[in-house]
Amino acid sequence: MIMGLYNYWIVVILMMIGFYIVIAQGNLIKKIVGLNIFQTSVFILYISISKVDGGTAPILADGISKYSNPLPHVLILTAIVVGLATTALGLALAVRIKEAYGTIEEENIQMKDDEEC
Amino acid sequence: MACVAIAIIRVKDLFAVAMLSGIYGLLTASLFVDMDAVDVAFTEASVGAGISTLLMLTTVAITGSRDKAVRNKPKLALFAVTLTGVLLIFGTLDMPYFGSVDAPANLHVAPHYIQNSMQEIGVDNIVTSVLASYRGFDTFGEVVVIFTAAIGVLTLLSTGRRREEDGVVEKVNTTMHNQYLIIRIVAKMLIPFILLFALYVQFHGDFGPGGGFQAGVIFAAAIILYAMLFGLSVAKRVINQSVVQLLAAVGVLIYGSVGIVSLLGGGNFLDYSILSEDPIAGQHLGILLIELGVGITVAAVVIIIFFNFADRIDGPAPEKEGDPS
Repeated sequence: MIMGLYNYWIVVILMMIGFYIVIAQGNLIKKIVGLNIFQTSVFILYISISKVDGGTAPILADGISKYSNPLPHVLILTAIVVGLATTALGLALAVRIKEAYGTIEEENIQMKDDEEC
Repeated sequence: MACVAIAIIRVKDLFAVAMLSGIYGLLTASLFVDMDAVDVAFTEASVGAGISTLLMLTTVAITGSRDKAVRNKPKLALFAVTLTGVLLIFGTLDMPYFGSVDAPANLHVAPHYIQNSMQEIGVDNIVTSVLASYRGFDTFGEVVVIFTAAIGVLTLLSTGRRREEDGVVEKVNTTMHNQYLIIRIVAKMLIPFILLFALYVQFHGDFGPGGGFQAGVIFAAAIILYAMLFGLSVAKRVINQSVVQLLAAVGVLIYGSVGIVSLLGGGNFLDYSILSEDPIAGQHLGILLIELGVGITVAAVVIIIFFNFADRIDGPAPEKEGDPS
């Protein structure tokens, strides 16, 4: 019966992959991709909670009485678009860092900062 | 999906990383369809697989595509990640099973939405009625967040050098014209249909999957496709930048004013039943208006973001062929 929890495990695995990218990668663009993966795993968590066995998409129609929970869908729908906005902002920062430091590798940025001090 | 995610860790070429993240977005979207979340899947397909991949490609074009592959203490990071993962999986043991009907999340307000939204709102798509009416406040907040992000990107990227050498770009365009003749003509024919589809998605949100968010992204994708094919300066002459910036604000304004109008009419903020004598008609009108506001803002914001990124690319535009739709 414990296999009924597999959706959460997928979420955890994806989340940890994203987390690992954020921690271990020095490249800022890769870090943003990692954050995206992390974010998507949360989306999947919400959507998988809203799924009901035998239910269908929450669009009212005749002859259907069982629908999936529409509330998490709404939350995640807006979260995706906000995610796009934050990604764009992060990438914009990366572009500015590239222009200021000439690199988007974390180590090189720190080295340059140390030289200036 | 996990395979693609792991590949993102291993691959060093950032161009490939951007493409992989697009594939990842598409896989996520199909997973959402499988879990009955059609609206969400629609959004994820257009945002995750389309626009954010495009933005990443543009950024890669600016910053260069090599990852130095230096990893900060990979062993320690792996240990921390595994530990967190194990703890999280331990935490899931108390969670309700996948697909169970009596999960706490499905017991409180959701049955009310499913059973009563037809009488109270009169819209087939429950997601739309929850998004635009029951939780209109939330959505207003999201729209403001997106608007703020556009302001942020503008502040970060619109300062500094601005290239206004139209002649140079014109030359680049003619070489591009010869090289990608077929792509240009086919895409030119596609653009009106993409725009039409965006409008369909916008106004069909009451009955099927769709709505302002998706429509805005698709609309912007058509404009971006145009900009990719005919060069940025040409696209800028067609689409006036300051008008787009104004539109982003107008979208938020429409949304907010609908709220104020219903407040003046004696109801609560964003209570559309006041807007018309028949509450259902009022709800329809309110949802239509605020979806329009959302669509305008999202489209304008995505266009602003893309133009500002593309503006930063030096030399002949090295834009790659992403699939923006």
